[in-house]
Amino acid sequence: MTISGWLQIAAFLGVIALLTKPLGIFMARVFEREKTFLDPILRPVERLLYKLTAVDETREMSWREYGTSMLVFSGVSMLALYAIERMQQWLPWNPQALGAVATDLAFNTAASFTTNTNWQAYVPETTMSYFTQMAGLAFHNFASAAVGMALAVAFIRGIARREKSTLGNFWVDMTRSTLWILLPMCFVFAIVLVSQGVVQNLRPYDTVKLVEPQTVQSTGTDGKPVTKQIDTQTIAQGPVASQEAIKMIGTNGGGFFNANSAHPFENPTPLTNFLEMLAIFAIPSAFTYTLGRMTCSPKHGWAVWAAMAVLFLAGVTTAYWAETQPNPLLRGVDQHVSLTQSGGNMEGKEVRFGIANSALFATATTDASCGAVNSMHDSFMPLGGMVPLVNIMLGEMVFGGVGAGLYGMLIYVILAVFIAGLMVGRTPEYLGKKIEAFDVKMAMLYVLVFPLVILIFAGISLVSPQWGLSSLNNAGPHGLSEILYAYTSAAGNNGSAFAGLNANTLWYNVTLGLTTLIGRFFMIIPMLAVAGNLARKKYTPPSLGTFPVTTPLFTVLLVGVIVIVGALTFFPALSLGAVLEHLLMLTGKAF
Amino acid sequence: MTRKTSSQAGKHRDTAIIRQALVDSFRKLNPRSMMKNPVMFVVEVGSVLTTILLFTPTHSFAFNLQITLWLWFTVLFANFAEAMAEGRGKAQADTLRKAKSETLARRLSADGIVEEVASSKLRSGDVVLCAAGQFVPGDGEVIEGVASVDESAITGESAPVIRESGGDRSAVTGGTRVLSDEIKIRITSNPGETFLDRMISLVEGAERQKTPNEIALNILLAGLTIIFLLAVVTLQPLALYSGAPQTVFVLVSLLVCLIPTTIGGLLSAIGIAGMDRLVQHNVLAMSGRAVEAAGDVNTLLLDKTGTITLGNRQATEFVPAPGITEAQLADAAQLSSLTDETPEGRSIVVLAKERYGLRGRELAAHEAVFVPFTAQTRMSGVEYDGRIIRKGAVDAIVRYLEQNGTSMPSDVRAAVDVIARSGGTPLIVVENYRALGVIHLKDIVKGGMKERFAQLRSMGIKTVMITGDNPLTAAAIAREAGVDDFLAEATPKEKMDLIRREQAEGKLVAMTGDGTNDAPALAQADVGVAMNSGTQAAKEAGNMVDLDSNPTKLIEIVAIGKQLLMTRGALTTFSIANDVAKYFAIIPAMFAATFPVLNALNIMHLKTPESAVLSAIIFNALIIVALIPLALRGVAYKPMRADAMLRRNLLVYGVGGLVAPFIGIKLIDMLITAVHLV
Repeated sequence: MTISGWLQIAAFLGVIALLTKPLGIFMARVFEREKTFLDPILRPVERLLYKLTAVDETREMSWREYGTSMLVFSGVSMLALYAIERMQQWLPWNPQALGAVATDLAFNTAASFTTNTNWQAYVPETTMSYFTQMAGLAFHNFASAAVGMALAVAFIRGIARREKSTLGNFWVDMTRSTLWILLPMCFVFAIVLVSQGVVQNLRPYDTVKLVEPQTVQSTGTDGKPVTKQIDTQTIAQGPVASQEAIKMIGTNGGGFFNANSAHPFENPTPLTNFLEMLAIFAIPSAFTYTLGRMTCSPKHGWAVWAAMAVLFLAGVTTAYWAETQPNPLLRGVDQHVSLTQSGGNMEGKEVRFGIANSALFATATTDASCGAVNSMHDSFMPLGGMVPLVNIMLGEMVFGGVGAGLYGMLIYVILAVFIAGLMVGRTPEYLGKKIEAFDVKMAMLYVLVFPLVILIFAGISLVSPQWGLSSLNNAGPHGLSEILYAYTSAAGNNGSAFAGLNANTLWYNVTLGLTTLIGRFFMIIPMLAVAGNLARKKYTPPSLGTFPVTTPLFTVLLVGVIVIVGALTFFPALSLGAVLEHLLMLTGKAF
Repeated sequence: MTRKTSSQAGKHRDTAIIRQALVDSFRKLNPRSMMKNPVMFVVEVGSVLTTILLFTPTHSFAFNLQITLWLWFTVLFANFAEAMAEGRGKAQADTLRKAKSETLARRLSADGIVEEVASSKLRSGDVVLCAAGQFVPGDGEVIEGVASVDESAITGESAPVIRESGGDRSAVTGGTRVLSDEIKIRITSNPGETFLDRMISLVEGAERQKTPNEIALNILLAGLTIIFLLAVVTLQPLALYSGAPQTVFVLVSLLVCLIPTTIGGLLSAIGIAGMDRLVQHNVLAMSGRAVEAAGDVNTLLLDKTGTITLGNRQATEFVPAPGITEAQLADAAQLSSLTDETPEGRSIVVLAKERYGLRGRELAAHEAVFVPFTAQTRMSGVEYDGRIIRKGAVDAIVRYLEQNGTSMPSDVRAAVDVIARSGGTPLIVVENYRALGVIHLKDIVKGGMKERFAQLRSMGIKTVMITGDNPLTAAAIAREAGVDDFLAEATPKEKMDLIRREQAEGKLVAMTGDGTNDAPALAQADVGVAMNSGTQAAKEAGNMVDLDSNPTKLIEIVAIGKQLLMTRGALTTFSIANDVAKYFAIIPAMFAATFPVLNALNIMHLKTPESAVLSAIIFNALIIVALIPLALRGVAYKPMRADAMLRRNLLVYGVGGLVAPFIGIKLIDMLITAVHLV
């Protein structure tokens, strides 16, 4: 661990903290339909859109209608993506003449992008045409992010409103999220990325001559070793910058290329790396301030932010520490940090990013449900690799996905308030709203779905040799982690992969696709029910006897509830995975 | 239901309760009653499962047997906690039931004939006669006569109370005894529905319904149970993959350790005990919901007289007219009050004695003539040895002086104004038609009230004083007592409006009342405490009845409500925090046989995998028993700000809940390995 590494981590969190308030206020203004500097350009566009789609922007929706609209939108757009994937060979912008995507993979990808997961069981360069990438995948990058933001705003309104039966208008919230927040941010960010060398074109792939030809040995059909000289390389092209921007800002994480943010065309410089990490946390972090502003309790917003920051710091510290430790299996090799070497574990990491920025990226992308990667999580040390896994297991609310992170966190806030709120001698109340049986029931449903879908599918995969285990490239606890990671990533709508698992099989495509859908929509419905129920309630003004939700003590309590109620469920699984792997590694056994 | 049982009898009663509770613990194993408690039902199912598996060939029978036994103990301990709480309620009910012994009632038929019927045959609307020495046969209202009644059977208070027809003291309760005179009573309840019946069924828990918060908490606990059930069931495939399959005994042990059995086992005991505590304070809540609401109260409406101030005004000062000494005034004032038996009059005598050493004099020798207070003159006084002394209210004295050709000096008038403005009542003393000065009568705020109101304020509870006084007087007393607000010249309608206003702001309001005109407000308030001495209408409108008829008790009722909620929250937090240690006990034990390196997670250094699992399950069972006294007594309660309260309770029950099982499990492990249980 180096001072420069720590400084970069500190700078990252510092800039995020500084962004939170201004962006949070801007977002609140957008959702409360107050004036913003973008109105002169965007209001006419917005009005035109409503006219074309016959949306009455003043109409308010109950939670049921809001949820139904969201489900219909997601369902229809998911079908559209499926259709594009299946028909891409007939559609334009396909210079590589890529064929139709297989049915199970097309389903998996459609589910995954609709749910903001962006799990990719395919190699994009050889599977998806430019049209599919832009009209199908990038569209969903925007849409799924906007849906998440709309839902978070609906939840905030549920808390803020008093004795109202409505939560806002889904179409308006989504449109404004896209027009005012996502599009302008992406527009600026894409241009910055291009300036740093990210490509943006529709050209066919380049074939270039290698400066240093490579010799590869393989076994021929006759069983004799064949030596092959390789002197050219295909360099994939495409409209990368525009897609890269929303991939990060919308916490989608689906790479244009297979190597994702480790690819120099996606993430060329340390500066783009820093900006991409900022882009992941920007909106989720700002949402805490939006929450504080819309509920007239900015301090509460910061208390929630602080809980997220604590969990983030715990993760990044562990990952950074684990990755800089000398590998005990390489005893006798100099693994210290020096001017000429980075020390620690550089396997699967880009030299231009180094250990600190790889650990930081891995933490950020899994804290938020982004899933973009700039290094191979599979190649991390056992405990280093456990950090991304645990981050997702926390429920994707350490900043979390755009919108989804906030409402996920707020469900835990409600549980924390309910469990500990009684200890001040009043029935539990959260920002003036009593937390009652129905709210608890829905919150518990929300909390229940996540481990349910992960543990059941992972459990089946781990004991079925032909469906689950045949895809596995690693044995022992590392193999367990790979399968566990896949389902956790899908359920958390993260989309990053631990790799080492061939997920492009019928079993994994179908179950992981289902897992993304369950992990998204089965959790949204109870969440919206809580929001709708809270909005209906009477408001009790705070007094000295009210359970405080603005203090550091509350932050500690919230972190405790998340860890004990949420994450500890996975303790047995982790013990048989990463922890066991680490302990076995110390005895000299690797997998 | 006397509060003061001798400790001997108490001990005897307790052993009887424990014996009964032990029996009940087994009776409650009936799955139909266990189903009401999802957490403990899961434990029971687990126990049945392991019991059946005991009869299949297994490797380590002794270990499995012990696991099974402790699982059953866990269920039994939880049942015992509930049975103990119910038992204590039943013991109180038995005391009450004695008061309910069958008596003969003298029923007055429509044509005026008196007939003797069993009290249990009386129906609402019947009219009965009840004379000195007889028991009141049922709840009712005095419609004729006045009598002193011994209500100690209900209230535990031995001093008799007056019950008379009309007004706010007309209600009588079945089972109380008339001490003097004869009254005519109209019965207001049907057999089995009397106050006493309701009280008995309430304390027995027969009518106990889960309160809203308890239902919500039960949902949380059931949800957690499902999550842990899932985590444990899906652990087996993970273990199979890792080559370390687990026995059902160990898996059930892990499950039972993780699900919130501590709070699950104690939850209903906490609820019953909360109601019980209220009954011990001689307050009867008509529903558990009201007790919860008491904890949530934001605004307390307190009647001035009797609650904030002592019932009566007292003399605090003599303000002499010009040319008169204070001693002269005190002397005249004392003389005029010698036979005045009202508390105000007595306080004047006392003040004169304290200030000027004037003793009550024997005036009989002087052939003194005492002039008693009458509604017409509104003055009292004495005449002897040519001294004509009068004291009275300002307007009465002014009239008296005018009739006798003199008038009031302006200085005295000024003193009167000063006293009135400060919230006091001025009484003027005149001797031989000349005003000597003014006696300052003042409402005396009860000792310690100011501190209590400050405590309530620090807990976010607003106090509002209700009084019939004029705003000036009310403001002065409010200031002195330290209440947050007051309602002066209060009419029932204004009181009602005040409650509605507070409730519209989302606040919960508690109040006390006894009169029929209080009934609407009592019904409107979230916590309406009717005085037992009050009218039937008031008692029916409120959701609690204070048997001691002590309005100050409202503050205690709020405290009991808060304590109930705190106990629930504290034990929930404790129970959930316990899980951390249990994971660290059982997980390494499960897999250390296959992967010895996992012993690194065995941070408690438990001896063997078997001892680790057993220690965890024993701790899990014993902690229920250990916490029964806390559940019944309630957690320590001290009024303070919510953030301070949260800090304190999180430290004790949150951090304590994290640490305690580490220590407890380690100790049990040392013990059971020392005696070679495993």
